[in-house]
Amino acid sequence: MRYVNKPVRKKDAMSLVTGKPVYTDDITQGSSLVVKLLRSPHAHALIEEINTERAKKVSGIECVLTYEDVPESRFTTAGQSYPEPSPYDRLILDKRLRCVGDPVAIVAGLDEKSVDKALSLIKVKYNLLEPLLDFRKAKDNEILIHPEDNFVSLVEVGADNKRNLCSSESMNIGNVEEELKKCAHVIEETYHTKANNQTMMETFRTYTSIDAYGRLNVISSTQIPFHVRRILSNALQIPKSQIRVIKPRIGGGFGAKQSVVSELFPAIVTWITKKPAKMIYSRKESFTNGSPRHEAEIKIRLGADENGIIKAIHMYSLWNAGAYGDHGPTTVGLSGHKAMTIYNANAYKFDFDVVYSNTMGAGAYRGYGATQGFFALESAVNELAAKLNMDPTVLRMNNMLTESSVGKTMPTYYNEELKSCTLDKCLKKAKEMISWDEKYPCRDMGNNKVRSVGCAVAMQGSGISSVDVGAVEIRLNDDGFYTLMIGATDMGTGCDTILAQMAADCMDCEYDSIVVHGVDTDLSPYDTGSYASSTTYITGMAVVKACESLKNKIIDAGAKKLGCSVEYADFDGKSVCNIKNNESISLIQLANDNYVGSNNYLSASESHYSPTSPPPFMAGLVEIEVDKLTGKVDIIDYVGVIDCGTVINPNLARVQAEGGIVQAMGMAMYEDIIYDRNGRMLNDSFMQYKIPSRLDVGNIRIDFESSYEPSGPFGAKSIGELVINTPPPAIANAVYNATKVNIRSLPITGEKVMMGMLKNA
Amino acid sequence: MQIKLWINDKEYVDDISPDTILLDFLRSKGCLSVKRGCETSNCGLCTVLLQGKPILSCSTLAVRANGLKVTTIEGIQDEASEFGGFLADEGAEQCGFCSPGFIMNVIAMKNELKNPTEDEIKNYLEGNLCRCTGYMGQLRAVKKYLEKYSDMKKGA
Repeated sequence: MRYVNKPVRKKDAMSLVTGKPVYTDDITQGSSLVVKLLRSPHAHALIEEINTERAKKVSGIECVLTYEDVPESRFTTAGQSYPEPSPYDRLILDKRLRCVGDPVAIVAGLDEKSVDKALSLIKVKYNLLEPLLDFRKAKDNEILIHPEDNFVSLVEVGADNKRNLCSSESMNIGNVEEELKKCAHVIEETYHTKANNQTMMETFRTYTSIDAYGRLNVISSTQIPFHVRRILSNALQIPKSQIRVIKPRIGGGFGAKQSVVSELFPAIVTWITKKPAKMIYSRKESFTNGSPRHEAEIKIRLGADENGIIKAIHMYSLWNAGAYGDHGPTTVGLSGHKAMTIYNANAYKFDFDVVYSNTMGAGAYRGYGATQGFFALESAVNELAAKLNMDPTVLRMNNMLTESSVGKTMPTYYNEELKSCTLDKCLKKAKEMISWDEKYPCRDMGNNKVRSVGCAVAMQGSGISSVDVGAVEIRLNDDGFYTLMIGATDMGTGCDTILAQMAADCMDCEYDSIVVHGVDTDLSPYDTGSYASSTTYITGMAVVKACESLKNKIIDAGAKKLGCSVEYADFDGKSVCNIKNNESISLIQLANDNYVGSNNYLSASESHYSPTSPPPFMAGLVEIEVDKLTGKVDIIDYVGVIDCGTVINPNLARVQAEGGIVQAMGMAMYEDIIYDRNGRMLNDSFMQYKIPSRLDVGNIRIDFESSYEPSGPFGAKSIGELVINTPPPAIANAVYNATKVNIRSLPITGEKVMMGMLKNA
Repeated sequence: MQIKLWINDKEYVDDISPDTILLDFLRSKGCLSVKRGCETSNCGLCTVLLQGKPILSCSTLAVRANGLKVTTIEGIQDEASEFGGFLADEGAEQCGFCSPGFIMNVIAMKNELKNPTEDEIKNYLEGNLCRCTGYMGQLRAVKKYLEKYSDMKKGA
């Protein structure tokens, strides 16, 4: 392998670091209508009257749209394969407002000033309804978030809008109650994780126009171009054939852009006015009406015998969908299925309720529910270790999936067979790297400072089994270079690059001989999009298959030219050779000949789906320093050792890991979407909602313990989401090891640590 | 109102509304590297140099640059490519949206601090947020870049 497993520079790196205009707002600089929303100041209300006459008269205003101007059929904005598990519970504009910031009217005009003026002149009479803000009280509450009759759930996920249920299910394997009765130790606790904002640096933004064929063209910062096409078709009630979606470079996504957020509004403006339009979300809008992580309350019952061997796990996840159900039924599933699978037990039970409330609708965020589940389960496992007076790394070694588990069926993971795992090696190496045995549990540093270590393990999936589809096309061009047409969306992660690395090794050519293109729904092969940690594993395999197919075509064409049969023709990347007489034709010659008087245009397209979603694994160990006088926690060192199968690009994998860990440090220690008593988000700017800066993260060290996943391209599994799962429980564990305080509700603030210490004292 | 300023050594005379923000003015003149990541002067994405010193163009009125020299990454492509190469070799540009502002600040730091320590580097660059990389790769790139110059100095 010349390129796979090498730290190749990203294909787009030099454009990005020299500030080239490659993002949505940069490539749409011509004149276009400015689109903004009048947003609801109330968490729960009905629009009784809305008067837009004066707003429409403002000079420069092109259109003002209200609920009377939009289609009446509901849809979901969740970017998922059809039929989407997320209920169809939205309209572009609705008479019923379900959270603060819900859109009331769309205003489009020539410039921002006229739009702002028009927004201020819209007169709305609201019928205020009592808001339901506490998701713990949502199920079967008399206040209904979605009382409408045209609420529809396409998939059986236990949705019932007359009970505020977005989804509700239950799973049993073995008899948890019987097993728990036999256990010497049972941990029974409730854990609480908060809504967090992805805060990708580029906020939501979309440009729309009508092309020469009268079709709606959409340039959008999205992870899911093909789903955007379908969702806009549903929302606008126009055929998919009338929509083209283009994804340029995008400034981060982390799942936020796995939902349609900014697309609907300029799209309907352009469809109605036939004029170009653009909407750029402010940072504040991205905070107050984005698609954050679901807040969750997870109850755990964890039983073990006197030796600390886990016998039974019961998880109940209560999930706040907020106003709309995007990704509700699916994220919640991961909280149990991913978390519980990592431990062997005799019995498992997992049940959940995803409830509607009058807070901002949640969505997809890196980790996709597994993050919440791992905080809860890993914290409970650490509490079990403490109860047994056992080192939590030792308890894990005795209970978790290891290399010797390979070949076993995972009952909580849809009975998939584990085909690759080195989690035990990951934990062992991480312990060595952080000198766990010397540092566990804590050391008094004097001066009221205590240093301690904490531990967690995690897994994720690689794509959604039997759902995700990735297709690529690879073409042979004149002079013998290749174009790799990709439907997966590089959002900075580097998938254009790693797919090109794979293609270069498959075709035995130079990395620079692979030109990548993506994504344009008119041109690119279909791909579900970049989410669910699918791209390396799913689309990567499509690359391997398409290259194999193109190679066969090249050999075929070469053999014809050489006048030999295919079995005697060999292709080494540079030429096709007749192995009987050593006659050969160069790839350049072959490619150029194909372009003149020939029926031999060589191109191959293959798609791939996987019946399994092989888990990547990670051990995360942290060293912190706690100030015993204030409760303040500082991160000193974070060690992550990862099994993502074959590492396709060590640099990009490492940065994925470092970035995910830091994002999770924010979630663990301060990121917290909070509302006032009327349901308005209080901390809706970077001034108040703090994300980690480079002074907050200590040192982070990453290493790999690669297994080989037989069903993945070059033995690879995923990495992107896995890496966000260990910091919250590991940091909580370190805090316990320093202070004997269990923080079961994120974020782990100094205040909570201090109050816990005072309570213990 | 009339203003005259130099953007990347090119003179611009323009009639602007007094509330024009420098960031928007620069983008309207084709400096599309300049990005807005927030509205509260917290993210550092919009960093440009005013008279050689880093400023946040999102919270600077265009009129404040009247008579002064503004530098964006478009004006220092060679330096940007040089440091950018170090960043690219770590894979630490990732989505790249924060890169121009970050790189402008790194170059300002290189001009301002002599042989900075790791802590000094982190403190100087603290105002440049990045959500992709976790900052470690950026730090590796900055250190390698500065090392090159300290080696040159040692050699000289």
